Amino acid sequence: MRTSTVEPGARAAALRDSGSVGLGLVPLGLAFGMLVTQSGVDWWYASLFTLAVYAGSFEFLLVGLVGALAPLGTVALTAFLVNIRHVFYALSFPLHRVEGRLARAYSTFALTDEAYALTTGEPARTWSGRRVLWLQAFLHLYWVGGATAGALLGSLIPAGVTGLEFALTALFTVLALDAVRDRRGDLPTPLLALLSALVGRLVAPDQMLLVAFALFTTALVARRVVTRRGRSADA
Amino acid sequence: MPEAPYLLAAVAVSAAVTWALRALPFTVLAPLRASDTVRHLSTRMPAGVMVILVVYCLRDLPVTEPRVLAPLAALATTVGLHLWRRDALLSIVGGTVVHVTLASTVLAG
Repeated sequence: MRTSTVEPGARAAALRDSGSVGLGLVPLGLAFGMLVTQSGVDWWYASLFTLAVYAGSFEFLLVGLVGALAPLGTVALTAFLVNIRHVFYALSFPLHRVEGRLARAYSTFALTDEAYALTTGEPARTWSGRRVLWLQAFLHLYWVGGATAGALLGSLIPAGVTGLEFALTALFTVLALDAVRDRRGDLPTPLLALLSALVGRLVAPDQMLLVAFALFTTALVARRVVTRRGRSADA
Repeated sequence: MPEAPYLLAAVAVSAAVTWALRALPFTVLAPLRASDTVRHLSTRMPAGVMVILVVYCLRDLPVTEPRVLAPLAALATTVGLHLWRRDALLSIVGGTVVHVTLASTVLAG
């Protein structure tokens, strides 16, 4: 490998860096793979999904969407709304350290929450582009490997065992709790979201996500306009 | 079972949208950074989007049947564990184990 002549330790260091997150990615990947086979598609789709899309939480939703034969427009919109948060990672992810067009392309492709979290922390300030790239490749490998193993093992699970899809609910619950805690004192935001979701569920059960996201975004913009107007009226 | 062409198209669409969202901002960063509204939304959207996704996951709760207890007990486990230990993996595995155990045994529907 050419890399080893450039920087001998980059791959080994990246392997060490990836350990903690890998401990979380492998079991989640296993659950994802099992869910894929439970939903009735061939096992290798678990490998394909995780290789080609590589967006953990969205992939769980994708299994549900394709299982319900959702229109491709709904798939695209859900991908957009669930992954829009990645737009803001570009503000601080160290892509400038990654060299080569292919390497940079892969680095943006594999810019997951976990990769972002690890490469923008304090200890990562001195990491070379190689080390960042290897880290991303290892995380990707854990996810694909976990999902593939889960899909293959999934067919061995007795027919009576169900309910694995709750892993996704639990994942979103954890992310929601963390996100709400980060916005301490901003109770209107989760409340507006909850209200939007319930209205979406009641009004349009088949297009719940679309209605809920649209309502929520509108509510946030409206709230901003109102508070701005209030502030300028005070002034 | 969904057909292969549909599945492959869904994967292609998802991959294209996800990658575009990750790669394009590096080239169109400046105007985005300047927008006050985008920044305002970006700090508030994650919490709301996650709340909506939790409700979405629970949209088909069988509220009139006893087996509704499986997801409710699992949800309580995940929330409780997370408020207590703040360990994402523990919270997820804990809730999932409770759900699979209950849904496959006493509350099998």
